[in-house]
Amino acid sequence: MSTANILLRVNSIEVIYNHVILVLKGVSFSVPEGGVVALLGGNGAGKTTTLRAVSNLLHGERGEVTKGSIELRDERIEALTPADLVKRGVIQVMEGRHCFGHLSIEENLLTGAYTRRDGKAAINETLEKVYSYFPRLKTRRSSQAAYTSGGEQQMCAVGRALMAKPSMVLLDEPSMGLAPQIVDEVFGIVKDLNQKEGVTFLLAEQNTNMALRYADFGYILENGRVVMEGAAKELAANEDVKEFYLGLSSAGRKSFKDVKHYRRRKRWLS
Amino acid sequence: MGFFLETLIGGLMAGMLYSLVALGFVLIFKASGVFNFAQGAMVLFAALAMARFAEWIPGWFGLEGSYLGTAAAFVVAGALMFVVAWLIERLVLRHLVNQEGATLLMATLGIAYVLEGVGSSLFGSSIYTIDVGMPKDPVFLFEGTFAGGLLINKEDFIAALIAAVLVGLLTLFFQKTTTGRALRAVADDHQAAQSIGIPLNRIWVIVWCVAGLVALVAGVIWGSKLGVQFSLSTVALRALPVVILGGLTSVPGAIIGGLIIGVGEKLSEVYIGPMVGGGIEIWFAYVLALVFLLFRPQGLFGEKIIDRV
Repeated sequence: MSTANILLRVNSIEVIYNHVILVLKGVSFSVPEGGVVALLGGNGAGKTTTLRAVSNLLHGERGEVTKGSIELRDERIEALTPADLVKRGVIQVMEGRHCFGHLSIEENLLTGAYTRRDGKAAINETLEKVYSYFPRLKTRRSSQAAYTSGGEQQMCAVGRALMAKPSMVLLDEPSMGLAPQIVDEVFGIVKDLNQKEGVTFLLAEQNTNMALRYADFGYILENGRVVMEGAAKELAANEDVKEFYLGLSSAGRKSFKDVKHYRRRKRWLS
Repeated sequence: MGFFLETLIGGLMAGMLYSLVALGFVLIFKASGVFNFAQGAMVLFAALAMARFAEWIPGWFGLEGSYLGTAAAFVVAGALMFVVAWLIERLVLRHLVNQEGATLLMATLGIAYVLEGVGSSLFGSSIYTIDVGMPKDPVFLFEGTFAGGLLINKEDFIAALIAAVLVGLLTLFFQKTTTGRALRAVADDHQAAQSIGIPLNRIWVIVWCVAGLVALVAGVIWGSKLGVQFSLSTVALRALPVVILGGLTSVPGAIIGGLIIGVGEKLSEVYIGPMVGGGIEIWFAYVLALVFLLFRPQGLFGEKIIDRV
């Protein structure tokens, strides 16, 4: 990655919840313009916290970035409100979808354009574009979001974010609670959006296999630290990643009886 | 027959007034998921402001006895409600983003007492009157149809009309405008609304302002009927069954609920009252609300509580 086209740069940030709980202990990474970068790791690794730190949604959870810096196009953004960030083109799709249950799908999508000031016609144009990427949403446009399926809700959440015409989308756990087939569909659309619309994605995922298939670059988080990074292909080929996150080892499928926990501690945590 | 209709209409008029207060509850609940206990205090505060400004302003600018003085007082009281809304957001709500419903509820209880206290120290605590020049004389209608006709209070009729217009405007605002849609979005999910760039702070100021204006209208109407006094803040308690009946999230529900309760109170008092020794009017509404809580907790028109299994 050359430094010229870095969109987002996170420099060893530390995040503390409620003034006592240290969750991120110096996480650094960068996202190039037009890339798909994945943050991987198990439960409690700090993926969601990292995304929230970037999108400034930490405050509502009583969290705080206490050290380090976050730069968007070489500009510090820690002090901005989420609304300011959306205006600058960075928007987060939260974990667990969070559609507005009592609003129809179309109303959900339209709320995504709240920060735009470029007029109704432009917004309708974007709406049609979102429908072309998610044809399922068009067929459900007038149903209340809470009555649609999980997959449709996830699509609605992504579509809603796209309505803001973002340059970068922070996508938190898009595979959560979805059937593998739907996960494939959602990730396929993400890749499409990335290639055709040039939207940059920062992805937090537990589904390592799926994420590495669609991302260009990956960072593995554990206990609030980045323990590994590399191009997605290299990571997918890495023996440790295979063993810890993909459930495979060089000797084929491994029995859980033989999984060695101490090994990963010794190797990755000082 | 004439007597029955008079009771009915009297009930409808009283119901309209309940609706106005209930409307304040519904607005704030709809947009922020907060059950605002301070609505009654806001009505009192607005009515106090209106009564006193209507007294002071003509004195300052020599507008005695003209409608201009009353109108100016209304505008100033409205502006004051905006300031109150802004202060509430700035000092209280901003710090309670994403907190439990119970926390927010307690906060509004606190706001209620602060408003009552500040109101009485700013504007005094005796009984005042508001005179906005509404006609007080009753009229007789349908004299040809019934013997004696129907006795209707013009003032009540105008109040009902104002309430109806207000509701129409608010419904349009919520359903058709971008801001209204954003308000409903915030009501559904604070965090998600924040994540797509809806500034919660601004939304809350807007919704408390609107609720403040509704409180002002309610305060002026109640105040001109009954006089402005401390007990005005307890009308909020009378409006509680209304919101339960109509549904906490429905603007038309607040109106229909108000009408049902107003009519129910009056009719039951007149027709069932004598059988049980009277006093039904006081508790009728609460019993009705209780029945609704048992069988239809979302109220008549409230949004269904949608749970995916």
